[in-house]
Amino acid sequence: MTPLAILCSWQAIRENVKGFFIALLVIETAMIGVFVSLDLLLFFFFWELTLIPMYFLIGIWGHDRRIYAAVKFILYTMFGSILMLVAILWLYNLAGTFDVPDIQAKLQTGLVLLPSHTELLLFGAFFLAFAIKVPLFPLHTWLPDAHTEAPTAGSVILAGVMLKLGTYGMLRFCLPLFPDAAHRMAPYIGVLAIIGIVYGAMVATVQTDLKRLVAYTSVSHLGFVVLGIFAFSTISIQGAIFQMLSHGVSTGALFLGVGMLYDRRHTFEIKEFGGLVNPMPVLMSFFLFIALSSLALPPLNGFIGEFLILIGTFQGHHAWAAWAASGAVLSAIYLLWAYQRVGFGEVTVEKNRTLPDASGRERLILATMAVAIIFMGVASPIFTRRMEVSTNNLLHQMERVQNVSRPATPEPAGKQSVISPGPRKNASVTKISLRHVQP
Amino acid sequence: MTPFPPEQLANFHRLAPEIILCVFGIVIMVADPFVQAAHKRVLGWLAFIGTPAALAGVRIMANDPGTAYSNLIRADAFSVFVHVIVIGAAALAILGSFQYLDDENIQRGEYYALVLFATAGMGILAGANELVTAFIGLEMSSISTYVLAGFRRRALKSNEASLKYFVLGSFATAFFLYGIAMVYGATGTTRIDVISGKLAQMIVEHGQVASLAILGLALMFVGLGFKVVAAPFQVYAPDVYEGAPTPVTALLASGPKAATFALMLRVFYVSFGSAGNFWFWAIWISAVLTMLVGNFAALVQTNVKRMLAYSSIAHAGYILVAFAAGTDIGITAVLFYLAAYALMKIGAFLVIAHLGQQGEKRLEITDYAGLGTKQPVLAVCFSLFLLSLLGLPATGGFLGKLFAFQAALDSKVVWLVVIAAINSVIGAYYYLRVIVAMYFWEPSKDYVPTKVAPSLTFALAIAAAGTLYLGLLPARVLEMAKAAADSLYLR
Repeated sequence: MTPLAILCSWQAIRENVKGFFIALLVIETAMIGVFVSLDLLLFFFFWELTLIPMYFLIGIWGHDRRIYAAVKFILYTMFGSILMLVAILWLYNLAGTFDVPDIQAKLQTGLVLLPSHTELLLFGAFFLAFAIKVPLFPLHTWLPDAHTEAPTAGSVILAGVMLKLGTYGMLRFCLPLFPDAAHRMAPYIGVLAIIGIVYGAMVATVQTDLKRLVAYTSVSHLGFVVLGIFAFSTISIQGAIFQMLSHGVSTGALFLGVGMLYDRRHTFEIKEFGGLVNPMPVLMSFFLFIALSSLALPPLNGFIGEFLILIGTFQGHHAWAAWAASGAVLSAIYLLWAYQRVGFGEVTVEKNRTLPDASGRERLILATMAVAIIFMGVASPIFTRRMEVSTNNLLHQMERVQNVSRPATPEPAGKQSVISPGPRKNASVTKISLRHVQP
Repeated sequence: MTPFPPEQLANFHRLAPEIILCVFGIVIMVADPFVQAAHKRVLGWLAFIGTPAALAGVRIMANDPGTAYSNLIRADAFSVFVHVIVIGAAALAILGSFQYLDDENIQRGEYYALVLFATAGMGILAGANELVTAFIGLEMSSISTYVLAGFRRRALKSNEASLKYFVLGSFATAFFLYGIAMVYGATGTTRIDVISGKLAQMIVEHGQVASLAILGLALMFVGLGFKVVAAPFQVYAPDVYEGAPTPVTALLASGPKAATFALMLRVFYVSFGSAGNFWFWAIWISAVLTMLVGNFAALVQTNVKRMLAYSSIAHAGYILVAFAAGTDIGITAVLFYLAAYALMKIGAFLVIAHLGQQGEKRLEITDYAGLGTKQPVLAVCFSLFLLSLLGLPATGGFLGKLFAFQAALDSKVVWLVVIAAINSVIGAYYYLRVIVAMYFWEPSKDYVPTKVAPSLTFALAIAAAGTLYLGLLPARVLEMAKAAADSLYLR
């Protein structure tokens, strides 16, 4: 994730404002902080720290309705996170520490017993914060506004990394800390995720604003990620993690492409474009390529993620997978249709005839993205192999905890020997730094 | 070789800050007629020097803990902590007043003297070991602040504020006094530390606390709730805070609140600790009401000063959340919150005092448009205070809330914390709105920024540094708050 964030900030160089870069770098710091924090309070600190610079990014350098979008963004996210803070404090009072592995160990060994009612509440508080961030279906309304109004670099960071904070949080905290509650709530969350997939795709189809369209694809794609996570199979979770990465690349690239169009015409209206393939063949080819990756064409990165998620989900939940698959079909519809309206046909607006093609800088940016897309698509085993360990670990943890807490009286002494703290620690390291440690 | 017997000397030691403050106040009053109108600011500096001197007095008090004047006053770590808050608040308010009083053409000696007297009253409140003494402290601080609230004599709003504050405040103190009388009737004592023993004896003998004592406590809560602006006794606060001269508002919002919460802690925790089940729900309900009223009313304000007045109410609610915990952690949280709150609130009000310009004309949120580009440093400062009031990490306000929530959760007061958490998000909206205006709106053409006086810069720098210090390195202050909480129960 980290190089991606750097990549995003690097691509925003066109905006020549000092404060802009300060904000971007603070966001980057905060996001790295979120991903490396193993301490709940520190995690929360960085989590909140991502908000303020983003708020200014949208509010100062955004488009027409930027203030509305910025305030909506920050209020939504804060609402979720403040409840998470309450849950964090609650956990602290129970476990006496903010240290995640420590809390986890205490929960697993039964030193700290969570009544199922409490666990559900805590899970809910954490999940709400993450679900708003992701965003999961009924909580998604801030996203299109924020995306549409944010400057390109802001959208890229938002789509590329920030949304992943939510799914990362689910994997990192919701599942291992509250496995029982996660299992109990999974059916509902799965349904919400599917609604998100289909609904996001359908709304995207009818958008007349190109950037809003891309924003709704995020809702749809992140629905896949949540679905993958809550299908609880190794493959689906791997797929979800992979989709997190690949969505960052594809959607980030889509936003970059849209941003480049905006730089030329200062509008996102689809009907203002049309027949752009002729004046700017290079830019539009890249655009098509990125769109294809986003709609999950087989050799490209989007495919791997969605495919893994669907396979994994299908193992346990046939109906879920069937519904989710329809989202994949819809994504082909909205992206290709949008592309058709923007790229093909007659040039309807006179100004568009003379638009310059991609400059050297833009080619470099797009080519980097394209290489990343192909690489992630073709060489996916490199990624999945690394994820496998941590995913398996995660699932093992969950099962173990269930085994421990299902019987009314846990046997701390016996179980303690079974759970060696080693692999759990390794799992966390692998996920963050991609350093492979075999347990 | 001292002219005083040692026990008399100890009395002086334990009341040192108040003595120093009053001496400075009297000197200013006496000197006032001899100072020409153009040089009145000298008296202000004299008053400002009085605050570090009073802090030195606190030091003396801290070195000689114990009770003074036949157990009327108690010098302990708790009292020291609150003294530092109160005197610090007064110092910042005095610093912020120099330029303001010049601008308003009301630069006079008695202003500073009254600030010092009010502070001395708050100090007595913080250290009172006996209810009638506490009442004297309450009256001392109240009467001074009644006058201060009306100090812009020619402004209608200021007069209204003063009168309203006086009439309602008198009622509140009367309630408090009546409460004392009832408690005395029930227990036969007015000493805070003895009441608890009497109540315990009562429980042993009769199996319950006399209803007269509970009634007395309820009446005292009315009086004290008024001072800390807890709902439903908060109605006066927005008008008074808006009408009073802004530096006075800064003092009103921080000092009396801290001192009164200190007394509340002593009365509720120490005296009526055994009757916790009686006052828990009163505090609970009051906390919820306070937060809701404060936040929802603040949402619709367009006047920033009034909005901050409502935000003071909301913050009293958050402090009550910690108060409801009823444990040592709760006391620590209340104290820490009071320290953080005083810094950020004074900072915010002083910024407003400056931006209001002559006659407090520019208080509407539209007047803040584009401040981020016109006066970037001031805007950053104000944003810091607002974000701290909002409770964003890295600021004192965040940790204050964090400790408050944690204390309440520790006592299993879960739903109150959830309500408080939701409230703080509601609060986020109106704080952010000011930041939106400052940074996202176009600056208005006719606005001419005025220079920030060095004294005000100094005050703002202290408040901002303190807010960040409490947010980033809270350990020291937290230790002190813990020590203060421990000292509260020492017999």
